[in-house]
Amino acid sequence: MAAAAVSFLHFTRIPRHFSIIPFLRPPRSPSLRFRRSCKPRLCFNFFRADSRRHFSVVPSSSSDWNNHVAAGDETYDVIVVGGGHAGCEAALASARLGAKTLLLTLNIDRIAWQPCNPAVGGPAKSQLVHEVDALGGEIGKMADRCYLQKRVLNVSRGPAVRALRAQTDKREYAIEMKKIVESTPNLSIREAMVTDLLLGTNDDVKGVHTFFGMNFYSNSVVLTTGTFMSGKVWVGRTSMPAGRAGESASHGLTENLQSLGFETDRLKTGTPARVDSRTVDYSLLEPQHGDEEVHWFSFDPTYHIEREQMCCYLTRTTQVTHQLIKDNLHETPTYGGWVEAKGPRYCPSIEDKIVRFQDKDSHQIFLEPEGRSVPELYVQGFSTGLPERLQLPLLRTLPGLENCSMLRPAYAVEYDYLPAHQCSRSLMTKKIQGLFFSGQINGTTGYEEAAAQGIISGINAARHSDGKPLIVLERESSYIGTLIDDLVTKDLREPYRMLTSRSEYRLILRSDNADSRLTPLGHEIGLVDDKRWTAYQEKQARISQEKKRLKSVRVTSEELVNEVTLLSGQPVKDHSTLEGLLKKPHIEYKLFDKHGLGNDDLSRTEKECIEIDIKYEGLIARQHSQLQQMVHRQHKPLPADLDYYSMKTLSHEAREKLSKVRPQTIGQASRVGGVSPADITALLIVLESNRRKAQELKRHEILASVIADSS
Amino acid sequence: MSLLPLFRHFLTRSKPTTAIPVIRTFKTLTPLFLSSPPFKPISNSITQASSRVAENGLILNKDERVGSGSNRPDPDVNSSGTIAAIVTSMGGQASAVGIVRLSGPSAVNIAARVFRPLKKRKRKNFCWQPTSHVVEYGVVCDSHGNVVDEVLAIPMLAPRSYTKEDVVELQCHGNDVCLQRVLRVCLEAGAKLAEPGEFTLRAFLNGRLDLSQAEDVGKLVSAKSVAAADAALAGIQGGFSSLVKSLRTQCIELLTEIEARLDFDDEMPPLDMDLILSKIRAMSHDVESAMETANYDKFLQSGLQIAIIGRPNVGKSSLLNSWSKSERAIVTDIAGTTRDVVEANVTVQGIPVTLLDTAGIRETNDIVEKIGVERSEAVAMGADVVIMTVSAIDGWTNEDSKLLDRIKRTKAASGSPVILVINKIDQAPSARLEFVNTTDESFDKHIYTCAITGHGISDLEAAILELVGLQNIPAGGRKWAVNQRQCEQLVRTKEALTRLRASIDDDLPFDFWTIDLRDAALALGQISGEDISEEVLTNIFGKFCIGK
Repeated sequence: MAAAAVSFLHFTRIPRHFSIIPFLRPPRSPSLRFRRSCKPRLCFNFFRADSRRHFSVVPSSSSDWNNHVAAGDETYDVIVVGGGHAGCEAALASARLGAKTLLLTLNIDRIAWQPCNPAVGGPAKSQLVHEVDALGGEIGKMADRCYLQKRVLNVSRGPAVRALRAQTDKREYAIEMKKIVESTPNLSIREAMVTDLLLGTNDDVKGVHTFFGMNFYSNSVVLTTGTFMSGKVWVGRTSMPAGRAGESASHGLTENLQSLGFETDRLKTGTPARVDSRTVDYSLLEPQHGDEEVHWFSFDPTYHIEREQMCCYLTRTTQVTHQLIKDNLHETPTYGGWVEAKGPRYCPSIEDKIVRFQDKDSHQIFLEPEGRSVPELYVQGFSTGLPERLQLPLLRTLPGLENCSMLRPAYAVEYDYLPAHQCSRSLMTKKIQGLFFSGQINGTTGYEEAAAQGIISGINAARHSDGKPLIVLERESSYIGTLIDDLVTKDLREPYRMLTSRSEYRLILRSDNADSRLTPLGHEIGLVDDKRWTAYQEKQARISQEKKRLKSVRVTSEELVNEVTLLSGQPVKDHSTLEGLLKKPHIEYKLFDKHGLGNDDLSRTEKECIEIDIKYEGLIARQHSQLQQMVHRQHKPLPADLDYYSMKTLSHEAREKLSKVRPQTIGQASRVGGVSPADITALLIVLESNRRKAQELKRHEILASVIADSS
Repeated sequence: MSLLPLFRHFLTRSKPTTAIPVIRTFKTLTPLFLSSPPFKPISNSITQASSRVAENGLILNKDERVGSGSNRPDPDVNSSGTIAAIVTSMGGQASAVGIVRLSGPSAVNIAARVFRPLKKRKRKNFCWQPTSHVVEYGVVCDSHGNVVDEVLAIPMLAPRSYTKEDVVELQCHGNDVCLQRVLRVCLEAGAKLAEPGEFTLRAFLNGRLDLSQAEDVGKLVSAKSVAAADAALAGIQGGFSSLVKSLRTQCIELLTEIEARLDFDDEMPPLDMDLILSKIRAMSHDVESAMETANYDKFLQSGLQIAIIGRPNVGKSSLLNSWSKSERAIVTDIAGTTRDVVEANVTVQGIPVTLLDTAGIRETNDIVEKIGVERSEAVAMGADVVIMTVSAIDGWTNEDSKLLDRIKRTKAASGSPVILVINKIDQAPSARLEFVNTTDESFDKHIYTCAITGHGISDLEAAILELVGLQNIPAGGRKWAVNQRQCEQLVRTKEALTRLRASIDDDLPFDFWTIDLRDAALALGQISGEDISEEVLTNIFGKFCIGK
């Protein structure tokens, strides 16, 4: 019916991305679309041979192009399902790498929505944001653009754990991200609910099928379904199917994935109530202001535009709060006993805090604005499973909120996820080529975690469709690598959140060096453009030049010497260099500026980089050498075809888990949940004895042949 | 219950495989096993018997057990099947009882095939169904039904056994031939000959012992003295393990305290610095005292070598005889009687000590004595402690000075302590002893002895213990000792704690403390074999009310 129109649509689309005249796609039988679509292999070979990307429309092997059953179908290089923080990063990365990308989302107005705390960063999470930015991602720039307040946490606790946190304007964030996504070349957006995957004959993905009957074709599909797959929202005892409050869940995809042999499971997370800011009495509350000196997530200085900051407030639970909860424990899902699944440990509900830590008579609660133009306040630390009728009385027990009105009740959401051991570290699934998972579908929580996975899967989806090798970030290279390594090896029992303590060698994975760790990679794969690359190189040059200068300049100013002695409590030797001074405790680069010995050409961040490099030189070098030793030990590869079930010396749990996860290295094996160090020892012994057995057999064969020869 | 794994099989089991390439030159199998030059027979009978068994395992078994169709034994069965071995000592005098142990999933089946309980002998096709830890009396029969030996069968069913697998022990008559025959019957019935130490390996892999305990079993089995056995036993029972565990727990607690504050900055009370510092001090102290036992362990395991040197005829051999309460060395008045190195064993405070009596060192033209003198010097070089003996009658002579120079040279190379022993003190005028003060600084200690009466020997022993750093070991007290591998990790722990204190003193931000704490916890974890990262997280959430 609409063949002509659709073809037209194709043709109008094509010139924007490609110069070669398109062919038509092959006819397709509708009965095939739910399982496996069969495309003529030949076409792919034909286009693979071409160094250019293959295009929007696959050539037809048949001449009857009026006869299309699915003529409304479209073809892309990469399809991203879901427009959240993972989906946006994935779609942007893929499109920016030149892949023709389609972003499918349930609701275009909710692109990059922040359904929980409108904040970006914090301990460990900020490193993720810096790293994504260093690779050429978007989240850092967005947070820099839309911040309401910014603070650096852990300032005095070491350079590796210093963390930037920004409260963001939730609406502005979504609008800005939508603008970016809409204006990015190679990227199309469409509202659709994906219900099925289309597969090729070779366990490879060929596209997606939507609820309203559309087929979209591509060799790479990234699923970033968030909490939407069979999502169910709970308030108290009452539940309804929804991905977020007020938004319909997506149905069918889980069943489709299950039928393809994927294992799925359920996770639960929640968000606290929102109150009307205008009904809160702030006069008695402790204000929390933003930093005077604003720090930035993005390494790109063009995004460093300061704006007016808003204030957060601190209040506390009271005796009345605790009593109200204790009296109504039977009304909560966990203690009432109708929900077994426990919430994440790092995000305990207020009733959990009160029950588990009886000796604390008060807990901190933060009130955080959600935007400049909305009255909503996020009540941080106050998530609850209590029914809605009790939520307002509970809120009103908090000082300052005595007369507050509640805009949205707290709720919990239950959703399907796919245990990520089904993905390899490129985030491509092990079962189906070209299918990638990212974000909450892998069991994580948090915008930053989602974005980190999104950019990796976006890069790899584009590379896959282009026939290039996929990219894997080693655990030791970055927080992103650590995150993904944890996801694909460890056993999740709660939504995964990035934490500082998950990173063993964090002193080398700092936020200040995220660019020197990852920007070269970003540039190499084509995500960091030349302008930014030049800026990066200039920055590195300035830093190394300044370090040289500090090494050579000797101190002559007596004033400076006196001040250093006073601040550090250590004597200053004659002819000390500036570098030597900087190594002393409590001496910062600022002091050089004060005495006119600093370099005015350097930005504040550059000075910080120099200071960290010099001050902690020895410790950083030591951690590097520890890392080297560890890498040497842990990167010992494991044969892909190991039969763990036959290793009777492994515990049953280890046999099962290792068979499931199929780790690639000994290090990875040791991180698989349920695998104890004793199992690793046993595994090493088995490997060694297999090696010896093979050797012995060989010898034996030689021996046999020698005997045969001699007789 | 004997813990003895088949360590003695080690030589016999390992040689055939390494010797196989030799066959290429012989071009035939037989010479290897008949001549078997590389074999160092510890006990003749077992060597030959087990080499035959090993040979079976290599070539014949596949026909007998696996059946004609299969040409290769299933590696799976090999790696985790049921193992058997003689677990009591072999090759010495016949003892009253010897034990063959079976361990593995089919231990009971195999035992049932060879063991006939006597009280139920009448019933045909009876299948032996043992009750765990109940002793049964019966006989072992071979496949033709011939009685091989009269035995007591002790079934210990999983997991209540040494290996945590089904274990059956057959108590046979303690004659090598009986034991060999019973073992052979078991092997024919489907068991695999145990590798050296395999029972202990299985106990370790099955979680019955941790790594340090498993090592201690090895030590206990090969212990040369009572003190060594005591130390190993204390190790198995967890003395050392529990210290390591407690240190590690403390490290992880500190890590927990610190890391919780890194991830949940605004929800935690500030760190209690004094508490942390005092914890760190206490931990360093514990690690240091654990390390002190490392030397003790080394000497417990390998023993102490003491060389007695000196001019001819100063009473070296008499000293050896008197010390070892034997007539090990020939003693005459003729200078140069001892021409080769003579050994005698004594035990000092539980530590096995080998005394080495040497030829008197002097310029000589006698070719045999010359070789003896060279050997004496070599022995002095390798000994843990050198005792230089002089005669109180002669006082200090020129030759003594020359000898002292030579010792000083070797001592500079080896660093082992030198004790001056002034022998024949009973016959000496006191005026002759003034030299002691002048040569004092050349020696670590000086002791007056009289070899004939045994006077001064106990002083000598005390001096030796002090010099090798063992004076604090309680006599007869059961105390664990640390082996080399464990010591290395303790050193690493100690270094990490030292650096940690330095970091704190330097006012480094506390994220840096976690680096060294982690290192310490990792090192301690390596002693018992555990990992930390998840543990810290679990602890954080278990201990603190955090999260928003």
